[in-house]
Amino acid sequence: MGSEAEEKKVFDAEAASSMMEKLRGSFSSGRTRSYEWRMTQLKNILRLCDEREQDIVDALRKDLSKPELESTIYEIGMLKNSCKVAVKELKHWMRPEKAKTSITTYPSSAEIVSEPLGVVLIISAWNYPFLLSLDPVVGAIAAGNAVVLKPSEISPATSSLLAKLMPEYLDSSSIMVVEGAVPETTSLLEQKWEKIFYTGNGKVGRIVMAAAAKHLTPVVLELGGKSPAVVDSGIDLQIAVRRIIVGKWACNNGQACISSDYIITTKDYAPKVVDALKHELEKFYGKNPLESKDLSRIVNANHFARLTKLLDDDKVSGKIVHGGERDKDNLNISPTILLDVPRDSLIMNEEIFGPLLPILTVDKVEDSFDIINSGTKPLAAYLFTNNKKLKQQFVATVSAGGLVINDTTVHLAVHTLPFGGVGESGIGSYHGKFSFDAFSHKKAVVYRSFAGDASIRYPPYTPGKLRLLKALLGGSIIGIIRALLGWS
Amino acid sequence: MEKIEESIAELRQTFKSGRTRSALWRKNQLRAMIKLITENEERAYQVLHEDLGKHPVEVYRDEVGVIKKSAKYSLSCVEKWMAPQKAHLPLIFFPARGEVMPEPLGVVLIFGAWNFPLSLTLDPLIGAISAGNTVIIKTSELSPSTSSFLAKTIPLYLDSKAVKVIEGGVDVSEQLLKQKWDKIFFTGSPRVGRIVMAAAAEHLTPVTLELGGKCPAIFDKLSKAYDVKTAVKRIVGGKWGPCSGQACIGIDYVLVEEKLAPLLIDLLKTTLKRFYGERPKESKNMCRVVNKHNFERLQKLLEDPLVAASIVYGGSQDEERLFIEPAILLDPPLDSQIMTEEIFGPLLPIITLNNIQESIEFINSRPKPLAIYAFTEDESLRRRILSETSSGSVTFNDSIIQFICDTLPFGGVGQSGYGKYHGKYSFDTFSHEKAVLRRGFFPELKPRYPPWNDFKLKFIRLAYDFNYFGLVLLLLGLKR
Repeated sequence: MGSEAEEKKVFDAEAASSMMEKLRGSFSSGRTRSYEWRMTQLKNILRLCDEREQDIVDALRKDLSKPELESTIYEIGMLKNSCKVAVKELKHWMRPEKAKTSITTYPSSAEIVSEPLGVVLIISAWNYPFLLSLDPVVGAIAAGNAVVLKPSEISPATSSLLAKLMPEYLDSSSIMVVEGAVPETTSLLEQKWEKIFYTGNGKVGRIVMAAAAKHLTPVVLELGGKSPAVVDSGIDLQIAVRRIIVGKWACNNGQACISSDYIITTKDYAPKVVDALKHELEKFYGKNPLESKDLSRIVNANHFARLTKLLDDDKVSGKIVHGGERDKDNLNISPTILLDVPRDSLIMNEEIFGPLLPILTVDKVEDSFDIINSGTKPLAAYLFTNNKKLKQQFVATVSAGGLVINDTTVHLAVHTLPFGGVGESGIGSYHGKFSFDAFSHKKAVVYRSFAGDASIRYPPYTPGKLRLLKALLGGSIIGIIRALLGWS
Repeated sequence: MEKIEESIAELRQTFKSGRTRSALWRKNQLRAMIKLITENEERAYQVLHEDLGKHPVEVYRDEVGVIKKSAKYSLSCVEKWMAPQKAHLPLIFFPARGEVMPEPLGVVLIFGAWNFPLSLTLDPLIGAISAGNTVIIKTSELSPSTSSFLAKTIPLYLDSKAVKVIEGGVDVSEQLLKQKWDKIFFTGSPRVGRIVMAAAAEHLTPVTLELGGKCPAIFDKLSKAYDVKTAVKRIVGGKWGPCSGQACIGIDYVLVEEKLAPLLIDLLKTTLKRFYGERPKESKNMCRVVNKHNFERLQKLLEDPLVAASIVYGGSQDEERLFIEPAILLDPPLDSQIMTEEIFGPLLPIITLNNIQESIEFINSRPKPLAIYAFTEDESLRRRILSETSSGSVTFNDSIIQFICDTLPFGGVGQSGYGKYHGKYSFDTFSHEKAVLRRGFFPELKPRYPPWNDFKLKFIRLAYDFNYFGLVLLLLGLKR
């Protein structure tokens, strides 16, 4: 008995392939393709969010001490919105799109049909373990795929909650959850998928893509990077720093892929920025932020050690101008600001993913763009300014997944904007219709009749055929008539 | 190796200068491309004859004409494509403006193929240039005349600091794949596709893989004799027309009901004779096999005794001239190589079924093809093909033409590849869609910020529901 229960827990290649067989069977039965099936699943996700809100909040508190507001808004609320958009638009998304045909192929009609890819794998992350698991699932379901979700083992409470709730609410013959760490993920990656959607870091992203290459599986990689916030002078500084704070510490204590990683501002303006940050931080989190209930903790001891190492780097330990307090037992680090850190320090050479905010200073604000462009392309870049020319220059020269002017992170909530990285920050995008497209194949369909068969297409080839062909491909009606009349 | 690194460094420098981003640069390059292909048309006929024995009409139809059409289309649309697309924003973000802005990826690598060595090299290039990238083109060494033609001619017409041609074999490709690119566009086989993608993974480089597969043609009964004849012409045109079957979207095999097979074979024979004469070997209208290696590969497919026994027409070989006569095979064993591998040559197996509806299952039990062709009047069969099979494209009652439709995405799925191009899709393939959100500083919604309390939670909940009326009530203190 005991050994049987233990055996069940091992998810090896064999278990993976038998699961795949089941999913393939269910996908090829065609059930996931119907509008009704997709709709039912989406509505059930909504129901799950409503009925189990407290369970989800509790799990997130266990995993990350996430404040209730952050959980209900950024995880559950965002997911519900995403579901609602899909429910509202699904019919529209599924409809074939008419394509214009040219005189060359006349008479014909053409359309682009969105079809599901098949059985897809979603590997999600620990920082928004609920949203980042189910948001891609919404896209995969909307597009009519069978899905396996592998939640992150680093947020175990949410992972096991998902494993428990999803079979209760969703069609368990087509949507499955596999819990586990590296060995389980490895077994999963050995299988042949029609798409792999991964949220996480570049190191694992490379492993995922290399594994996908064996089966020619397309991938979406949602990675991170060092997302900068450029702060120009002459702005409403209070509002600007609030918007930076809310996108940094109020987003899972900086453990978010689109949080500002560092600030760039001018030498002259930097002291003002630091003062404003300190002032607003104190208003938000009180005099002793280590005790604030409104901040998430660091996810685990490994990450705590990683972050403290960044702070203890000789190059920056003297640069802390605010915060820096730690509580190892409770895995807390207070909001920390570092001024004028050297660019070759540890903290400036990896994604921080935590409550530390370094500030780089430049002589002229325009120099910031060179700094950003000299590094790898970030997932997001932010600019606070009233200067129109600077905005233009920013949009034209800075390459990042997304840009926001005069705010941070809010683009994530706009479903009409594609969310995804470029270069080191990832491949592919999602949200709204982009999620549906990420999990669909766009099939080109041409309808022809047998009328109007032009013999010029076929051999034996003659100079006359060549002339007519030139006219046809050129789309020039006069040329076609001339060629047909034998004039040219 | 050093030369490759130098070239890439130069392209990075050019890209960094921002020159390739302007609409003017892109349009000038497209114009230069049209000029290149127009002024060198005769030369193109010559090199393609050398490499593949391609007839000028075929060269025009499948290569020169395609490039011209494609470049002209991009030229007329590129400015429209470059313009940022407005994105609708919910009222809660007011005042704000959202848009999706396409931006070039950077330095991209394009691998051309040997079967359509002009169009499959230059068509992706048109996309890369339209999107404002700098490009290295690796031409296929298996079509050496076209390769050296491109290497010599492209620098004379296009901005040589932004577009470079590198010639060479496997060793050069390997060196190229070690470099860091912002995109790799590959046309070729699934085997090499895997290598390309695995190499790309090292640098997280996105790839487009244009592969092939066994594209089936479903031949159903048609009520009118004229339609039957036309359908057969289109099958012959879709098999031997493009490069003598050496085409990724060429028909690989035909599925037909048993009772219809004799008629199909008869018509195929007469059509073949009409198109290529009694002695196709002497016809100038048909390409030869590209090289000895591929000739031997095809020869081997036919050597299997059970396959050899299934030949009902043609198949004679002239090793010296690398020519294989169009061959029709009736029901070769399904586990023979000719039915498990992409044929990529002038051999056409005909597979008989009891009922044409079985073709759905037949296709579904094999890897997803790049294209499915179906000649049928049966509306329910059409619907089944569309919704129950998966392929890059489906064309009813014709073959190949989906390739020249700029408004349709061209690309595979599963084994036949991923990513798509042609027209706007080419532009998108070489662009990053950057989300841009612009906000003002006012009005400022206080409940966005900690410390959190119940009022803020309620407020944000309503905001997320876009429940503006509820928000007003809440602010007025009328809602609990």
